[in-house]
Amino acid sequence: MVNNRQKQWKTAVNKLLRNKLAVLCFAVLIVEILLVLLAGVIAPYQPEAVDASIKLAPGFWAQWSKDPIEAAKYVPGHLFGTDHLGRDVLSRLLYGGRISLAVGFCSTAMGLFFGVILGMLAGYYPKLDNIIMRFMDLLFTFPGTLLAMLIMAMLGASTFNAMLAISIWSIPSFARMIRGRVLQIKQEDYIMAVKSLGASDFRIIFGHILQNALPLIIVIATMRMASSLISISTLSYLGMGVPAPAPEWGSMIANGKNYMWQRPSLIVIPGIAVIITVICFNILGDKLRDILDPSLKD
Amino acid sequence: MLLLLLGMSFIVFASLYIAPGDPAQMVAGVAATEQDIEAVRISLGLDKPFLVQYGIYLKNLLTLDLGMSYTTRQPIIQEIAVRLPFTINLAVAAILIAIVIGIPLGILTALKRDTIVDNVLTTTSLFAISMPNFWLGTMLILLFSVKLGLLPSGGMTHFFWTATGFKQVILPAFALSTSTIASFMRIGRSAMLDVLQSDYIRTAKSKGLSQKVVIFIHALRNALIPLLTQLGTSFGGLLGGAIVTEQVFVVNGLGTYLINAINSRNYPVVQSTVLVIAAMFIIINLIVDIVYCLVDPRISLE
Repeated sequence: MVNNRQKQWKTAVNKLLRNKLAVLCFAVLIVEILLVLLAGVIAPYQPEAVDASIKLAPGFWAQWSKDPIEAAKYVPGHLFGTDHLGRDVLSRLLYGGRISLAVGFCSTAMGLFFGVILGMLAGYYPKLDNIIMRFMDLLFTFPGTLLAMLIMAMLGASTFNAMLAISIWSIPSFARMIRGRVLQIKQEDYIMAVKSLGASDFRIIFGHILQNALPLIIVIATMRMASSLISISTLSYLGMGVPAPAPEWGSMIANGKNYMWQRPSLIVIPGIAVIITVICFNILGDKLRDILDPSLKD
Repeated sequence: MLLLLLGMSFIVFASLYIAPGDPAQMVAGVAATEQDIEAVRISLGLDKPFLVQYGIYLKNLLTLDLGMSYTTRQPIIQEIAVRLPFTINLAVAAILIAIVIGIPLGILTALKRDTIVDNVLTTTSLFAISMPNFWLGTMLILLFSVKLGLLPSGGMTHFFWTATGFKQVILPAFALSTSTIASFMRIGRSAMLDVLQSDYIRTAKSKGLSQKVVIFIHALRNALIPLLTQLGTSFGGLLGGAIVTEQVFVVNGLGTYLINAINSRNYPVVQSTVLVIAAMFIIINLIVDIVYCLVDPRISLE
């Protein structure tokens, strides 16, 4: 039984490794995570260090600019240029990625934790089903990030609150998917068999059902990472997420917006960072779904 | 549905009830004395127990009295009435764009399944959902307003069917609609693939009907049904997304109203705006459910 399961995982990993696109995305994400973790070592400057003498300096591409004034503005060492306060864009990008990814990861993990528990309980106990799922329906009535915004309005802007808001926002969709899967698994013969052997509910839920729902959990968690990242940058863009001096990709875009006439790179660079990360999670989720849980595809 | 509305209003009410800050202090202003604040508290009924306050709130809701804004001292319902049309204008324009672009592309990818056209379009849609729409909006401004000078960079004064309104709405509506286009494409594709494999399509084909007739008369009608459900969810998502897009394009709609209210801790406004958006979402989904039953008699309202 155990060997069989290990074998299944091994084939899944092998299949994933054979998919070039998936491997590429995985590699990009690993490199990115390493870069932001090592931000303290790699980043040339402190992310919040202000230098009024070099405001809005262009990036390295200005060296080849036909306009000599523009080319002269490039400050060696500030590879991606500086923002309106003379802060180094590259350093902010690295430190900002740390915040974005950490918030994205923590909020997905937290949402997953509660979503899985609620979904399992709702799927396994018909009595709880109605109560839990009606409450989830209620949370679903707030479209898009509205729920997260309501929570931010209630709690006030801070990094932790943003994390909390996004995780609460992802609970209902996790719960709904897990519940559906539990309802399916519950009908399977082996669960009946385990039950008739006298296994406790706890053991059935967390031993057997959870293990069988694991592929689904991995797939939805990966995809949710993508939407969590978009949400955190959106909240920060609106000034409701990570508070001001701290760098975050969304707030970098918000700051850069006021200067985009002179320095479009201020919004282009963090935007590309968000897109690369999100697209990698999306593709990875897509491929994982094809391999682990083809039934989800529609 | 009424239960959903009730529950939703409770969440909105309760969440801001426990929010930090004293509303009486807000209304009375910074210079108010202790007695002034107390007087305001009593006049607003803030001294009453939580459930009584909620009861009064509900009663006021039924008469469409959403209270006063802390900052402008105007009835909120009036302020919302001024702004709501612009938000709806934006969301409707976005859903129209999504329908016009998304559905045909979805059908095209289904018909050209596993060809280069399918792959290119599917990959493009992946890009579309991976782009934060505030960023896309900003880039569109940069390209079409700053560099090319073709379209206004923001503001909204007219509805989309007028010439000015069309120019004003096209960029924000497109920025807002990308993820909806992608989801229409995906659902349209799989619905069409499903339908094309069904028996009656085989029958229609074997009768010797032309490809065009089979696709547009027989298949399309049935493939559109799953898209209908998506329409309700998407419209809600667009209303939610409009909050952000309005910020980017400086549209004086509900979203801008909400964000300003959140920043100035203007709780009654936050409450009412969230309530209005969520209520619209619930009602639209109800309408979609009803239409769904009318279109597909196999499904009954349960």
